[in-house]
Amino acid sequence: MADMKIGAYICQGCGIGDRVDTAQLASVAKREGKAAVAREHEFLCNAEGVKMIQDDIANEGVNHVVIAACSRRAKTEAFSFDGVCISRANLREGVIWVRPDTDEARETTQEMADDYVRMACAETKYQKMPEASGEQGLTRHLLVVGGGISGMTAALEAAKTGYKVDLVEKTGQLGGVAGEMYKKYPDKAPYNVLADNTTGAMVEAVNANGNITVHLNTSVTKTDGAPGRFTVSLATESGASKDVTVGAIIQATGFTPYDMSKLPELGGGKSPDVMDQLAFEKMVKANGGAIKKADGSEAKNVVFVQCAGQRSEQPGHLPYCSGHCCMTSIKQARYVKEAGGDATVIFDDLRTPGADGEDVYRGGQEAGVTFSKGKVSAVEAAGKGLKVNYNDRILAEDTSIDADIVVLATGMVPNSGPNPYVKLDLEMAEKDGNAELVEKLKAEVEKAPPSILNLMYRQGTDVPHLKHGFTDSHFICFPYETRRTGIYTAGPVRRPMDAHQAIEDATGATLKAIQACENAAIGRAAHPRSGDLSFPSFRKEGCTQCKRCTVECPFGAINEDDKGYPQYNEARCRRCGTCMGACPVRVISFENYSVETVGQQLKAVDMPDEFSEKPRLLVLACENDAYPALDMAGMTRQEYSAYARIIPVRCLGSVNTIWITDALNSGYDGVMLMGCQKGDNYQCHFVKGSEIAHIRMSKIDDTLTQLNLEKERVQTYEVSIADIQRIPQIINDMEKLIGEIGMSPFKF
Amino acid sequence: MSDMNQAMVEKYRSSFLKEVEANVEEGHWVKMCMQCGVCSGSCPLGPHWEHPPQEIFMMIRAGKREDVLSSSSMWMCTSCYNCIARCPRGLPITHIMHGLATYAKRLGLQPKNQPTAKFSQLFWNNLTKTGRVNELKLGLALYFMNGIGPGIKTALKMQDVGLGMLKTGRLNPLEILGGHSIKDKSGLQKMLKKAFEIEEAQIKDYKG
Amino acid sequence: MAKREYSFYPGCSSQSKASSVNYQKSTQTICEELDIQLNEIPDWNCCAASIGYGGGGELPRISLSARNIALSQQAHGQQDIVATCAACWLATREAKERIEHDSKVKSGIDAALGEIGIKIEGAMPKTRHMVEVLIEDIGYGEIQSKVKKPLDGLKIAGYVGCQTNRPFGIDGESYENPKYLDKMIETVGAAPVENYEKKASCCGGALMFSEPEKSQALVKDIIEAAYDGGADMIVTPCPVCQMNVEVYQGHINKTYGTKFNIPVVYYSTLMAVAFGRNAKDAALDGQMIRASKLEDIANK
Repeated sequence: MADMKIGAYICQGCGIGDRVDTAQLASVAKREGKAAVAREHEFLCNAEGVKMIQDDIANEGVNHVVIAACSRRAKTEAFSFDGVCISRANLREGVIWVRPDTDEARETTQEMADDYVRMACAETKYQKMPEASGEQGLTRHLLVVGGGISGMTAALEAAKTGYKVDLVEKTGQLGGVAGEMYKKYPDKAPYNVLADNTTGAMVEAVNANGNITVHLNTSVTKTDGAPGRFTVSLATESGASKDVTVGAIIQATGFTPYDMSKLPELGGGKSPDVMDQLAFEKMVKANGGAIKKADGSEAKNVVFVQCAGQRSEQPGHLPYCSGHCCMTSIKQARYVKEAGGDATVIFDDLRTPGADGEDVYRGGQEAGVTFSKGKVSAVEAAGKGLKVNYNDRILAEDTSIDADIVVLATGMVPNSGPNPYVKLDLEMAEKDGNAELVEKLKAEVEKAPPSILNLMYRQGTDVPHLKHGFTDSHFICFPYETRRTGIYTAGPVRRPMDAHQAIEDATGATLKAIQACENAAIGRAAHPRSGDLSFPSFRKEGCTQCKRCTVECPFGAINEDDKGYPQYNEARCRRCGTCMGACPVRVISFENYSVETVGQQLKAVDMPDEFSEKPRLLVLACENDAYPALDMAGMTRQEYSAYARIIPVRCLGSVNTIWITDALNSGYDGVMLMGCQKGDNYQCHFVKGSEIAHIRMSKIDDTLTQLNLEKERVQTYEVSIADIQRIPQIINDMEKLIGEIGMSPFKF
Repeated sequence: MSDMNQAMVEKYRSSFLKEVEANVEEGHWVKMCMQCGVCSGSCPLGPHWEHPPQEIFMMIRAGKREDVLSSSSMWMCTSCYNCIARCPRGLPITHIMHGLATYAKRLGLQPKNQPTAKFSQLFWNNLTKTGRVNELKLGLALYFMNGIGPGIKTALKMQDVGLGMLKTGRLNPLEILGGHSIKDKSGLQKMLKKAFEIEEAQIKDYKG
Repeated sequence: MAKREYSFYPGCSSQSKASSVNYQKSTQTICEELDIQLNEIPDWNCCAASIGYGGGGELPRISLSARNIALSQQAHGQQDIVATCAACWLATREAKERIEHDSKVKSGIDAALGEIGIKIEGAMPKTRHMVEVLIEDIGYGEIQSKVKKPLDGLKIAGYVGCQTNRPFGIDGESYENPKYLDKMIETVGAAPVENYEKKASCCGGALMFSEPEKSQALVKDIIEAAYDGGADMIVTPCPVCQMNVEVYQGHINKTYGTKFNIPVVYYSTLMAVAFGRNAKDAALDGQMIRASKLEDIANK
């Protein structure tokens, strides 16, 4: 690239020209920002304004563009210029809309605007144009693990788009649990007629599809690479092995019914006529619709016990609702009615979700299934049959009902691989010598199921879990994503769901997998930074092989080479910058986002002296929620302190503590970090970034003590996009706090 | 136990729900209750029900025949239709309650001296006699439905109402002599007799 | 405009010297003003109201209404049947629905009517409440145009009650907060009590006779809420509501130590006065608790 030439363009529209001296801004850009060209325009985003910029790029050789106008989130199409670096000074949402239009406020408002122009110039000075790494390849080929209804749906959907699919199934046949069904619950209006099981037709369609290769009795022994270039080793039971190259992976490994032998009080494992729903389904299917006891005699009375060992806080039980079981029991009770028997469903809360659920329930009632609200205390043998004791919750009495067969609606246990972080935590605990934790984690590792994907990743063999063994996904924003880019989970391994939902889920996951392949081919990031071409790189000579980046990456993207240097695998990378924030020697950077692009911005701010009564507050705001919330505060004209200087960051995880130290050394009076909610119900768009930042900042007190500064000067907040009133309040509170504890002495 | 009750007990030994479905007005809806309790919370006399409608439905499914049919609950219905308007499942609860009450009475199981059961019958007798209600005779019959003594007491208590109605021309003392009537009284009674016969026959013949 | 004609089902309580004869009288008056002709069904019989269930069962009860429908058809063809009494309207409409939708009921009814040589011919006429005629056929605008003495300064609680509101109700009205009565009050120049809490609550109906204490407790709340809203009087479209709320106020006062003395009138009374008719035509002499504010306007 030719020499850097900065062009600064200052908009006077939307009231900016009335509120601040734009000629002064142009002069700041030129004198302090070293802009070669600085122009004002009364309406910068109109065709004429945009053309003015384009002409400078074409004729004047401007290759770094500073737009001093509205927020970087506004007018992105008008202000998109190919082949140049762009930085934005937010004069509208970030300055004039958050300050009162009064004579007294004029001076500080102008100071804000001046600083944002300085900051934008400083940022762009350190930006480079990102380019794809060249590591990419286009592989229109998916691996689907699991041959149940979810996996088959994924394979068929991908095949329809022309993608090739390798479908791996552990057992000797396709179909999974759905294949075991006698009938399906009603699947079309008016939702009161049981539907035929169509899984067989689906299996045929998969087998007949030229784009799909089915591998039965097969498991995955090794997965290496990244989106666009995974190499997967498959091994059959007989020992034959085969390698395939795929662009993305869908894991649809389904569920196992909760082990009912853990429910002896409900007769689980004690009588052959007490069974779980899947066993009942198989029995009815085997008998062609007849309901028979284990001894072969006809069963006249069947009692269904809902929430057996689930939605229960008892140790060893499942605390969650598996979602499908009420509908399944209604369906199975109808088998009994159709066979001429009596069926009673004992429920605490009958949950029939979905638009059709209520009609399915009604259909059961119309068919004469008896529904009793109650809590079952015991199932015991009585003569030749069984007796179900329960507390009737409507009539408030203990009562019982005789049954030939009792069906326990047990929950879904996900068939996921081991949670990789248990092993990593164990390594850490062993290093720390925490014996108690080591014991606990060891026990967990021993209990862990065998690996499914055998990923050759620094952070372990399988996709991470969220809760109860279900794989992690960003439930609010990106439900199909796992924490391993290019690997998607679908169906009940992700959350409890029924077959209808699993079909939708697998279809969605397939779409995302295809997107991952196509993105990987051109070096683009998956969301939330969709389309980003930048990726992390490091200065090898400065690297101390400390491994913090490889350990902290929320997506397990970074491997280590033989010498312990990081390998970034940019196709796995989500571009959050958590590695950059982690690096103690600051050698990691992106072309357009680095320790310098932020560090130089905060240093570019004009710092009034200690006695000016004009403090400076640095706000590092996550671009995903905090920064949009600040923009919305502007749109709704919430005022906040004129002393705040806000810098958007990709994720709080990308915040390197050097920025805090630099800010304090430069004389900032307060530093505020704003990120998304962390923890189990996280909203952090990069899953762990906010959490990691909170941990890092909890250790910043040492720095403050060294500088002899009050620790209240640095604060970390969890905010949401809806905190439009709260965030200005937080900033104003900080200004007030500085008023109380006094200005920083570090102003030079 | 009445003969009819005896017959029904034997016929529906296994299922009270089936008996209700066969013999009670709108009884086939009982199985559709989803136990939300909106009916019980919507009834103006809700607190006075021994078993609110929601519970009645559950008791029917649980086979509590005696408890249901001998309960005073259904007789608390004021026919305000609030339960019908609000039932998310669209059960015609008012009619089911009327039906259960009537059925209980037919079998002789209604609580003895249940005032609404008595008044309801008085009302029916009154209107079917001439084809139109004789308000004076109905009132007097009501006051004296528990015998002469309590009747005089009630009549005295109600004196002010009666006098008020009389003064405003809304009560006619001459009604005691006969009062309003349709012309075709005998036809009306013939029609009702037929209707009763058909209904009884349906109960007896129903193959549940 | 040509006279509007309807087949009229007056019901027992509106006969001469019966409990709602005043309703009948004031209805007659407004019909004169609004050019409505009511053709009485010859030899109509009682509908058994709701309370008749205990003696009547299903089929006999429905047969009573079926007889009225057949007689109406015989005399007035397909003219809409109009009732002023909520129970009459409800029972007749319910009978029509049951006969239409339940073949077992229909064959039973055919047999019962056959005993007296009458039958229902083809489609049954619609059964409507007088309020529906006023709102849907006449309209608020035309009613307003007939107002000669607006009821200025009167605050009135519109007590809709149960059976004109549920289960059928007036088309387009909600069960929980029907507005038509408030609109009628406005149409005749008075002010409705806003958010009248007991607007659609039950007065006890026929249980006023069999369970007087329980029912009077309900009426007490209905009256109390009207007073809370600053009402001068209560208006209702139902004879049972009118009677229950008006005539037991003395008893309620005795039981609860209240000092209730609030007039309870029919919408037809209000309209008759607003149309400029005298107190007698408006049947104000039928009020056990005198509606003196209406009398003042009527006598002006």
